[in-house]
Amino acid sequence: MKGNEALAEGAIRAGCRGFFGYPITPSSEIAEYMARELPKVGGVFLQGESEVASINMVYGAAATGKRVMTASSSPGISLKQEGLSYIAKAELPCLIVNISRGGPGLGAIQAGQSDYFQATKGGGHGDYHLIVLAPSSVQEMMDFTMESFELAEKYRIPVMVMADGTMGQMMEPIIMRETVEEIPVKPWALTGCKGREKNVIDTFHSSGEELEKYDQILARKHQVISDSEKRGEAYQTEDAEIVVVAFGLMARIVKKSVDLARKQGIKAGMFRPITLWPFPYEMLDEASHAAQQILSVELNQGQMVEDVKLAVNGRVPVSFYGRISVLPSPEEILQQIVAFVRKEKGSYANGI
Amino acid sequence: MQTVFERPKSLTDHPFHYCPGCSHGVVHRLVAECIDELGLRENTIGVYAVGCVVLGHRYFNMDCIGAAHGRAPATATGIKRMDPEKTVFTYQGDGDLAAIGMAEIVHASARGENITVVFVNNGIYGMTGGQIAPTTLLGEITTTSPYGRKASVEGYPIKVAELLAQNEGSAYIARTSVSSPAGVIQTKKAIKKAFQVQQKKLGFSLVEVLAACPTNWGRAPVEALKWLDENMAVYYPVGEIKVKEA
Amino acid sequence: MTVKGRVLFDSERCKACGICIAFCPNEVLALDESHINGQGYTPAYAQKPEACIGCKICAMMCPDMAIIVERA
Repeated sequence: MKGNEALAEGAIRAGCRGFFGYPITPSSEIAEYMARELPKVGGVFLQGESEVASINMVYGAAATGKRVMTASSSPGISLKQEGLSYIAKAELPCLIVNISRGGPGLGAIQAGQSDYFQATKGGGHGDYHLIVLAPSSVQEMMDFTMESFELAEKYRIPVMVMADGTMGQMMEPIIMRETVEEIPVKPWALTGCKGREKNVIDTFHSSGEELEKYDQILARKHQVISDSEKRGEAYQTEDAEIVVVAFGLMARIVKKSVDLARKQGIKAGMFRPITLWPFPYEMLDEASHAAQQILSVELNQGQMVEDVKLAVNGRVPVSFYGRISVLPSPEEILQQIVAFVRKEKGSYANGI
Repeated sequence: MQTVFERPKSLTDHPFHYCPGCSHGVVHRLVAECIDELGLRENTIGVYAVGCVVLGHRYFNMDCIGAAHGRAPATATGIKRMDPEKTVFTYQGDGDLAAIGMAEIVHASARGENITVVFVNNGIYGMTGGQIAPTTLLGEITTTSPYGRKASVEGYPIKVAELLAQNEGSAYIARTSVSSPAGVIQTKKAIKKAFQVQQKKLGFSLVEVLAACPTNWGRAPVEALKWLDENMAVYYPVGEIKVKEA
Repeated sequence: MTVKGRVLFDSERCKACGICIAFCPNEVLALDESHINGQGYTPAYAQKPEACIGCKICAMMCPDMAIIVERA
């Protein structure tokens, strides 16, 4: 199954019944899948007149308490930031998918990870975060999507699944997950005020004091999420003298590079953050306990590397290797690993 | 003695924050009266815009949500599509609807989105301090057209009701004015009809209400209503512009 | 002469815009210059209550819902 289709099918199986989007390469297959499949389960598919309109449709749709989503790609996600800021402030659960491409401006339609800052530091105006999950297999495209709705409702927060364009196009066999039958009732939802006080969903405060109070509540929620939802994967890090950090598709390539390095006797390991926000700082710190060097490999000009540096807080030197919308081969990254090891430890130079 | 005029249940008891003579209070009340009379309060979701109505949730006594600037029709679409049996209305001003929100309103109308739009047109940005709007009449002085609106610079005022009436999806489009008791009665009739069009699932309905903004017009409240009649209502003629029968 | 109508003011809501006064067909209403309400306005009141016919035009035009009308 294709990554984009696995994601869309996962959403339907998780009980998503509303999709509002706008076509953009390389995410359009998600919309196409939803347009075809959602009506079969009584769901709503609507192509909006713009990304701006689509995200504001999600804002309204999420306010009804139903499971809803949108999907787009980098330039489209930029357009959605206004709406995302409102959704985050209004504490509405929903799923935002970014099948990301490269570069500022229109960039290129090829895979990119240059939306890391935008995704993990809020993205739009104001103090807020999204939970950001970065799958690195087609199975995870389905699984993380399904989990996103649970996380979104647990914390009343928009969740983003961010995968690069290649992940969306990649085909792999997957295990289909069980359909979620019971969606929790939301007492806060806009359902008409019959038999209860009216519900209000709003993001404006007329005084600084009131705004501060509510934004502090948001901040406390972010802290709870940060304390309980960090996830990462460590691979061969136990004795690793060099730890390569990568997320999403890049992590799969790096895993191969680590295997190649090990064959040459280099003690290499890999760490992959699964939640880009909250970033698993402590896990990376732990996974790099034996490391003399950390290398952050990204499909951008160096974004996640800033969080990597925060994780080790100067304890280990951190370097960066990036390509832009061109996927490096495992051998290319191996060369980087080898170069560092040669510089750090002359002994490894022998025979390499 | 019998009470013949009192507060509708669809309005809270909260005093309006609007300036003296501002028409918003009247339009709020008319919307609330229509919802009361149609027995829809407990089944209605209100979507209020950014602008002077930004505190709309204080006044509308029903489930409601504050939309981003210009996006109320999109937000209302999301609600209505997920829950088609609810009555959904937006309450928007002319800066919100006719400038930043033009794409959203045109497409909601084109889709025949089964929502009701209450569009308050006072020809100026109120909340931000009286800047020129797409609906500001030619010659009018505002804080950002200090020499008066010129067609050669800012172009011509947009006739929203006529524009949207062209869309096949528009089922009911009317323009009214709250400058006189007769106008207030007409406005209420039109808003009620718009909600009934939604109840019958006929498509998109919108009532453009010509309204006064005495503060930003720089005219005393009574004089502002007179000016509205003699100027706004001339350029923006009142009446039913489109009525699609079932 | 029998009283046909009566206007009751919620003076605290009044912003002295004068619209009710301008539209009253019987010149019943006026601003009470001797009184300043909590918002700082001199609220409208029934200066000639006996002339009220309970037509409710004042209440219909009032932007602040400051008027309740009763009719005999």
